[in-house]
Amino acid sequence: MSDMRELYQEIILDHNKKPRNCYVMDCATRSADGHNPLCGDIVKVYLRIEDGIIEEISFQGEGCAICTASTSLMTESVKGKSVLEVREIFEGFHDMLTGVAAEQGVEMGKLQVFEGVREYPVRVKCATLAWHTLNAAMDGTDDEKVSTE
Amino acid sequence: MTTPQAVAEAAAALELEAIRAQFPALHQEVHGKPLVYLDNAATTQKPRAVIDAVRHFYERDCSNVHRGVHLLSQRATVAYERARTTVRNHLGAADSREIVFTRSTTEGINLVASSFVRPRLEAGDEVLISAMEHHSNIVPWQLLCEERGAHLKVIPIDDDGDIMLSEYEELLSDRTRIVGIVHVSNALGTVNPVREMIAAAHARGIPVLVDGAQSVPHRAVDVQDLDCDFFVFSGHKVYGPTGIGALYGKREHLLEMVPYQGGGDMILSVSFEGTTFNDPPHRFEAGTPNIEGAIGLAAALDYVNSVGLDAIAAHEARLLADATAAVLAIPGTRLVGAARRRASAVSFVMEGVHPHDIGTILDSEGIAVRAGHHCAQPVMKRYGVSATVRASFGLYNTDSEVGALANGLTKVREVFG
Repeated sequence: MSDMRELYQEIILDHNKKPRNCYVMDCATRSADGHNPLCGDIVKVYLRIEDGIIEEISFQGEGCAICTASTSLMTESVKGKSVLEVREIFEGFHDMLTGVAAEQGVEMGKLQVFEGVREYPVRVKCATLAWHTLNAAMDGTDDEKVSTE
Repeated sequence: MTTPQAVAEAAAALELEAIRAQFPALHQEVHGKPLVYLDNAATTQKPRAVIDAVRHFYERDCSNVHRGVHLLSQRATVAYERARTTVRNHLGAADSREIVFTRSTTEGINLVASSFVRPRLEAGDEVLISAMEHHSNIVPWQLLCEERGAHLKVIPIDDDGDIMLSEYEELLSDRTRIVGIVHVSNALGTVNPVREMIAAAHARGIPVLVDGAQSVPHRAVDVQDLDCDFFVFSGHKVYGPTGIGALYGKREHLLEMVPYQGGGDMILSVSFEGTTFNDPPHRFEAGTPNIEGAIGLAAALDYVNSVGLDAIAAHEARLLADATAAVLAIPGTRLVGAARRRASAVSFVMEGVHPHDIGTILDSEGIAVRAGHHCAQPVMKRYGVSATVRASFGLYNTDSEVGALANGLTKVREVFG
């Protein structure tokens, strides 16, 4: 049970219940769809990028608590950052979930709450789906599709 | 004072203990908790009899079948063909030659689609399935219909998860070339009235395939009583090995069917000018078969019959009723599938908690359930959910395991509020 509290920390439960930046963006310059066919999680990420800076980010989707909270917290942590900075954060986040970052001591801020997911290999994709989708949206021109499978 | 009822209950409990002793995998801890295995609709654990049968084959009789004059090959052949007879007896088929060994339910359906339906399916013809089919009874027909320019028609189901029978009868047309129907739904637990459905199809001269993957483990099946044209099931869901299944087909159909795969064992003679195919069932068993799988499957069916399918069905029905009540006692739960007749599985959702999170929390308590779409995405769509939690029962599950499920779900509520 204590393990479960480590996985489902308050901030995760909060963002799952009340996801931030969860809306359809009409003025998006980029968007991408993410899908985890294994568990059915889906997410659409909208971006408004101006001069290489993510001025606005939002999402719509349906998934488990880990997926929803990860997407919500991701939107908060990348807003106002440059595409280059965001890619670095994603790399650090990915490393944290696969066990590399702990040794390197990379500071992830709020995103650190997902560290516990590392102990649940089948749930890592739940936490990274949004980031893969964001990556695709930053890469593409419009309507990119990614799958974590 | 000991009442007769208490004695009977004690006897039943004792029997269950003896049964559980036969399943080595049940006696382990996961995450420091005793394993509570409630994912039997996905696959079942294996009794000692099955493990020993497979081991015996490899330690004593390992050889190829239907070839070789030496003793081991004869022993392997006898065991393999005896397994076919066991399957025949279990399904109540008239003739062992009506039993084809396959890899799985999925392969059985693909075989029928390819060798029976394809040659008789023309553009504009129809294949009729239900809205509660597993992907394995959807996709083979979709592929075939696409290839032939035929139409895949779907029998609707009602809110409880029952087939809408009057709609079914209306969908049976003079273009329907086959009906494919699941006997017991893996996602909803619904037991379909296949006997009546088969009679309705036959009244119009339409053959019927029954997907028995979830019925064979839980109830007695008699293919002659059902009068189905084809019946398919998998070994691993009925306490047998993975990679083995069987197809029952009426002899008259099998005789006129074209081969499924080419290779050894399915021929009588081969030259570069042409090949004479072997008779059924060998015509449909190209290559060296899964010999130990067939032997293990026969051991599993023998085991199930030694316990008794009626006793198994009664035991599981009681567990299902208790589990259903326990699930509904948790605030915010809703059943997905509340059909008039259900078997072995309770599928549900919990308000505000995704099934995968429930699955992870239950796993931390040692409880194995399935969380997901159960390879039946159209069913999930029908009920407006992307996934459900499914607890499914086997002959070895106990009342205290149902209690563990209830406690686990209470913990889910504690975490998620």
